[in-house]
Amino acid sequence: MATPTAAPSDRIEERDGDVTYIRTEKDLPPVAVIDRSPITTRHKIIFGVIAVLGAIAWAIIAFFRGETVNAVWFVIAAICTYVIGFRFYARLIEMKIVRPRDENATPAELFENDTDYMPTDRRVLFGHHFAAIAGAGPLVGPVLAMQMGYLPGTIWIIIGAVFAGCVQDYLVLSISTRRRGRSLGQMARDELGAIGGAAAIIGVLVIMVILLAVLALVVVGALAESPWGVFSIAMTIPIAIFMGIYLRVLRPGRVSEVSLIGVALLLLAVVAGGWVAETSWGADWFTLSKVSLSWCIIIYGFAASVLPVWLLLAPRDYLSTFMKVGTIALLALGILLARPIMEAPAISQFATKGTGPVFAGALFPFLFITIACGALSGFHALISSGTTPKLLEKEGQMRLIGYGGMLTESFVGIMALITAAILNQHLYFAMNAPAAQTGTTAQTAADYVNGLGLSGTPITGAEITDAAEAVGEKTIVSRTGGAPTLAFGMSEVLHQVFGGTSLKAFWYHFAIMFEALFILTTVDAGTRVARFMLSDGLGNLGGPLKKLQNPSWRVGAWICSVIVVAAWGSILLMGVTDPLGGINTLFPLFGIANQLLAAIALTVVTVVVIKRGLLKWAWIPGIPLLWDLTVTMTASWQKIFSGDPKVGYWTQHYQYVAAKDAGKTAFGAAKNAGQLDAVIRNTFIQGTLSIVFAALVVIVFVAGVIMALKAIRGGGRPLTEDEPVPSRLFAPSGLIPTKTEREVQKQWDALPKSHARSVGTGAH
Amino acid sequence: MGRAAEIARQIGWYWGSLMGDNHYRRYVEHRRANHPGEPVMSEREYWKMRHDAIESNPNPRCC
Repeated sequence: MATPTAAPSDRIEERDGDVTYIRTEKDLPPVAVIDRSPITTRHKIIFGVIAVLGAIAWAIIAFFRGETVNAVWFVIAAICTYVIGFRFYARLIEMKIVRPRDENATPAELFENDTDYMPTDRRVLFGHHFAAIAGAGPLVGPVLAMQMGYLPGTIWIIIGAVFAGCVQDYLVLSISTRRRGRSLGQMARDELGAIGGAAAIIGVLVIMVILLAVLALVVVGALAESPWGVFSIAMTIPIAIFMGIYLRVLRPGRVSEVSLIGVALLLLAVVAGGWVAETSWGADWFTLSKVSLSWCIIIYGFAASVLPVWLLLAPRDYLSTFMKVGTIALLALGILLARPIMEAPAISQFATKGTGPVFAGALFPFLFITIACGALSGFHALISSGTTPKLLEKEGQMRLIGYGGMLTESFVGIMALITAAILNQHLYFAMNAPAAQTGTTAQTAADYVNGLGLSGTPITGAEITDAAEAVGEKTIVSRTGGAPTLAFGMSEVLHQVFGGTSLKAFWYHFAIMFEALFILTTVDAGTRVARFMLSDGLGNLGGPLKKLQNPSWRVGAWICSVIVVAAWGSILLMGVTDPLGGINTLFPLFGIANQLLAAIALTVVTVVVIKRGLLKWAWIPGIPLLWDLTVTMTASWQKIFSGDPKVGYWTQHYQYVAAKDAGKTAFGAAKNAGQLDAVIRNTFIQGTLSIVFAALVVIVFVAGVIMALKAIRGGGRPLTEDEPVPSRLFAPSGLIPTKTEREVQKQWDALPKSHARSVGTGAH
Repeated sequence: MGRAAEIARQIGWYWGSLMGDNHYRRYVEHRRANHPGEPVMSEREYWKMRHDAIESNPNPRCC
């Protein structure tokens, strides 16, 4: 080894060939290992083979025609692309922009307090981060996007994740880690100034409200008129309360134990739902209309946000994590074992015409808007800032957690896409076209989808009814929202591998329960988060409102909860009573909101990169930012100004207003005067929201451009990175430790036990 | 046999850390190492503290 050289600070570097060891204290082993060894021949061959295999899989997906493409090729194409992206592109970002410094302490190490700041083993944190970012979006979006065929969706989910979604998550995580885990809103204020910051904070709050409303709408779509589904979801509340009391009173800290009991009870509830739905009283009690179901969810959302966390929210979160990870793994296994064949075309007629019944608009921009979270999700920026940095052990692990976490989410999106693509296309459109078009009965739905000009043999009304009965439902016509279609596809995959046709109905309701469970967990956690954002934002206005910032002031908490719940609840009710179908008018707004949040996050990131003097590499976040802005601004423009009433909210609004003024009581989808008024009101609200979203994001972007220009010219606001503090712990960076990292780890393990250890490292 | 037991132990460790089973044990170790002589919460109190922390600082769940 070369002689140690002391840097100006208390860092001591030792070089050994291509490897540099950095110590922050001379009596302790190194805290950081920088390995600059060139890529080995073995690795070159391995990555070469992966690249070739991926290219073959892509070629088969893209050019092989004749409806016999096997789902396994999608899995191979995805995984090979992810491996190459993670190894090369993420590495480039790491080397050129992030430049992790493992000799500096992360916020988790610095402020360790055994609650929210806790250095956590990277593999465990990967699990936490994934459980927090994975939600209904990547499951539902790709299902709806299947209307345009499997190819555009597959390309965007995989390529979009590698070049946009993962980049956003990774870079937001990295800038928040260097700022003691500050939230996206706070960072926007620090980096973009007061106006840009305020627009970002309001934008985040408004966007969150629409996201919660649309998610709740998806649950309503899945559960309405389904006593089986309603019963099993309703049972999750007593199960969660039981778990909460068990953990609080009987056996504190036995989280896995109680989660296993909870999951067993949950499976029982799914099975019991079938029995209950058979009885006359069960069908009577649990068959709820969309409106009453919405009220149930609104009341539940309010209760969950004001009840103690330990009673309902925390145990539901355990259940939801358990189910999410378990079911996604099960689905992956099912797809690999069943190896289903694609039924959908590569590119459908709706991709270019933009006349599809599931959502209106052409491939550009609406495919990207609809897929949303599967490829790029603004919401992740809220988790990558704030939550995850406070648990991170080492800066070098950010690539695995930020970039790798999003790759996993993209893979979930690909699986959702596969489950929708293997369904009979006539059935797919019968389930996803709005009731105004299918006419709600099996026969009218069959007539409608047969008229769409789909490939394959036409469907009969009896076949649609049989398909519904096979999954234990009375009808599957116009079960919009994506969740029922996904559940149907999952039951199709899973029954082939586990249990045969007799279990088809069980798997369908299992899937519905799984989706509804974690959507509701998002809704209650989201309501709570939005409540805190609101009270914090109002508190900043000063005066008597300042009192709202005190979290123990119950009255304030209740008032803010009511405001938040009323906001998303009213949009939810508007959606379920919408004569135009609800989900197909609101889902684009959800996608636009999510993608605009991503634009805010990418603006903040790009400004930080430019301020750090890395203008040369600003294209890495800059290209996804410009792409995302182009997509969302085009979509917003069309939603606001399009002359096509199916796409433009305002054109539709004025058509219905004109019809009303002309004294008509029925027009288009509106069958009576009440519905006519509903359409006029809804399109007004949706049109206004589109304008508000777009305006807020334009303000943030302009503030970003001004800051970036100032930074390029020299001057402007300084960076708000915190002063680094030397670290005193070591942990490997990648999933699998390298040989050098193992050796260093051994030195640390040999120390007496008094040194810092991360969560979970005790078992080694 | 030894190898299977080792893998099972690793999975158990992972799951326990992910869900939170061993967080209290780790807290006790951390207190003893960094704040010797100071009082250590009981497991019941510890989890009460953790849940109270989520109460005022909820973790968002993504869409």
